[in-house]
Amino acid sequence: MPYAVSFQQVSRHFGSVRAVDAVDLEIEPGEFFAMLGPSGSGKTTCLRLIAGFEQPTSGHIEIFGETAEGVPPYRRNVNTVFQDYALFPHLNVADNVAYGLMIRGVGKAERTREAEAALEMVKLPGYGSRKPGQLSGGQRQRVALARALVNKPKVLLLDEPLGALDLKLREQMQEELKVLQKALGITFVFVTHDQGEALSMADRIAVFNEGRIMQTGTPEEIYRRPKTRFVADFVGSSNVLSPQLTERLAGVAEWSSLRPEDIRLGAEGGHEATVTGTSFLGSATRLTLDVTGEKISVLLPSGGRVPEQGKSVRFSWNSDALHLMGAKA
Amino acid sequence: MSIAATPAAAAILPGRGGIGGALSDAFWRNPKLLLFLMLTPPLLWLGVIYLGSLFALLLQSFFSIDEFSGLVVREFTLKTYGELLRPSNLDIIVRTVTMAGLVTIASAIIAFPIAYFAARYARGRWKAVFYLGVMLPLWSSYLVKVYAWKLILAKEGILTWVFEKLHLTFLIDGWLALPVVGGNSLSVSPTGTFLVFVYVWLPFMILPVQAALERVPGNLLEASADLGASPSQTFRNVLLPLALPGVIAGSIFTFSLTLGDYIIPQIIGTSHLFIGMAVYAHQGTAGNIPLAAAFTVVPVVIMGIYLWLAKRAGAFNAL
Repeated sequence: MPYAVSFQQVSRHFGSVRAVDAVDLEIEPGEFFAMLGPSGSGKTTCLRLIAGFEQPTSGHIEIFGETAEGVPPYRRNVNTVFQDYALFPHLNVADNVAYGLMIRGVGKAERTREAEAALEMVKLPGYGSRKPGQLSGGQRQRVALARALVNKPKVLLLDEPLGALDLKLREQMQEELKVLQKALGITFVFVTHDQGEALSMADRIAVFNEGRIMQTGTPEEIYRRPKTRFVADFVGSSNVLSPQLTERLAGVAEWSSLRPEDIRLGAEGGHEATVTGTSFLGSATRLTLDVTGEKISVLLPSGGRVPEQGKSVRFSWNSDALHLMGAKA
Repeated sequence: MSIAATPAAAAILPGRGGIGGALSDAFWRNPKLLLFLMLTPPLLWLGVIYLGSLFALLLQSFFSIDEFSGLVVREFTLKTYGELLRPSNLDIIVRTVTMAGLVTIASAIIAFPIAYFAARYARGRWKAVFYLGVMLPLWSSYLVKVYAWKLILAKEGILTWVFEKLHLTFLIDGWLALPVVGGNSLSVSPTGTFLVFVYVWLPFMILPVQAALERVPGNLLEASADLGASPSQTFRNVLLPLALPGVIAGSIFTFSLTLGDYIIPQIIGTSHLFIGMAVYAHQGTAGNIPLAAAFTVVPVVIMGIYLWLAKRAGAFNAL
């Protein structure tokens, strides 16, 4: 079976800006795939290349084994949930959802039925006669989702669809999207800059930076075994230790990453550091330690004793928590 | 740090003093006062001068003229409106409304691509070129433009010359030989009147359509394509409905300006009258103010009906 989406050395340049630079990418059918990266890292451009809104400057794109270059968006069985939803303001919710069916010439009665079923799937039954302007952000997001899914696309593209929602709604939608994706078996490609969202939802993640993919892997792999300093720092803001410090702490002159939650403070043993800052986060307290001039952050679970600023402490970690990334990461 | 508060500074600053300071404070406390002061003069102008004269006009149209003395009889009557329905007068109305309709449709068709380019693609310098290109004709006198067109369209004019050089004279001759739209030359044919109307009112269509298109987010067009719509389907189902308020706004200009104009058909075209020319003739030489007023009411009523129909058709739903 061919890949749902495959990129072979795909580049998209805007003038001298290399938005996407020689990217290789394979997305399995039925996979929940996340593209994670800071803004301007090329993840949205990759999504637009799959949708057909952008054409690659060079390279080859296949969607389910078929060449996609030069194919306009309206001939791709791929649908997009846009970042700001892009609902048609002059159409009511039912007509928005049924738009793709209407374009394909599906009869009025059938598309009304299918639109209502799609609205039910996203938990908005009976909202068909409202205008998009009368809906809340979360509801619009669901309508956009229904509008895309009603066409039964081979690949569903989601461009930071949860970005505009508040935290509580976002967590709820993350859960629902995951359930929906598993139930429908459609390949989801999800763009986000929120590493927590990518980790919690995706089967696999590609981490983007400056138009390139830094690492592809399962959330566990990306989180536990980052390949580069960028990945370690961006995914869960790990401590990135210089080769000098790693050598002093572990005896190996390589870059390494050490998760803040893996560090324990203790009275004896371990290494010495000075507390230079504390901030209370609710479920935990973040300490900033100074270890011979390098900053290391430590997450202490709430409830325990928190050392004061300026105090000298000793810290240690489980032997497998320090992840080595090579001398030139 | 230099940003630290100096101990001498007060938390509440003293009033600015003077009339300006007092007014600023008063307006801040009572924003409606400012609104009232700003709106009163234009509302008075609109209410008294504009609506007042319109009302006087309406009143005049219900008077009649005494056929023997030529004096206005100030008694309520519908006789003047009855006169409007005479074949010769009805002919004028039908001719003017047809012309206004055709000019509006042609303006919309020509304006849309120009406005679309300006709204979607023109940036920076090209935007300035667009505005200049659209507005520049409005800077020169309307009469100069109309007379210039007379020269362009005349029998020995530029257009004939160009067609001659291209060996296409038969096209112009063939068109002029047609009944209704044709004539001796373009400058004395209804076609000529139409061309000049379209030219003169085109900016009034382009600008509102451009403003409406500018408000259509680009991602709606992408969403439409994403959902399988070809460019022509996107145009019909998304772009046109969303741009319609702009097209309607533009058509109000082109339609009503054509309905009321009396100079262009006088200089370019046949000797048949348009509403504006009839009004001019009746209120001037003929001294028949009631009939002139009744003629003037016609475009007002037509515009009212037009807007009502547009609203019913949902043209303003996207506003």
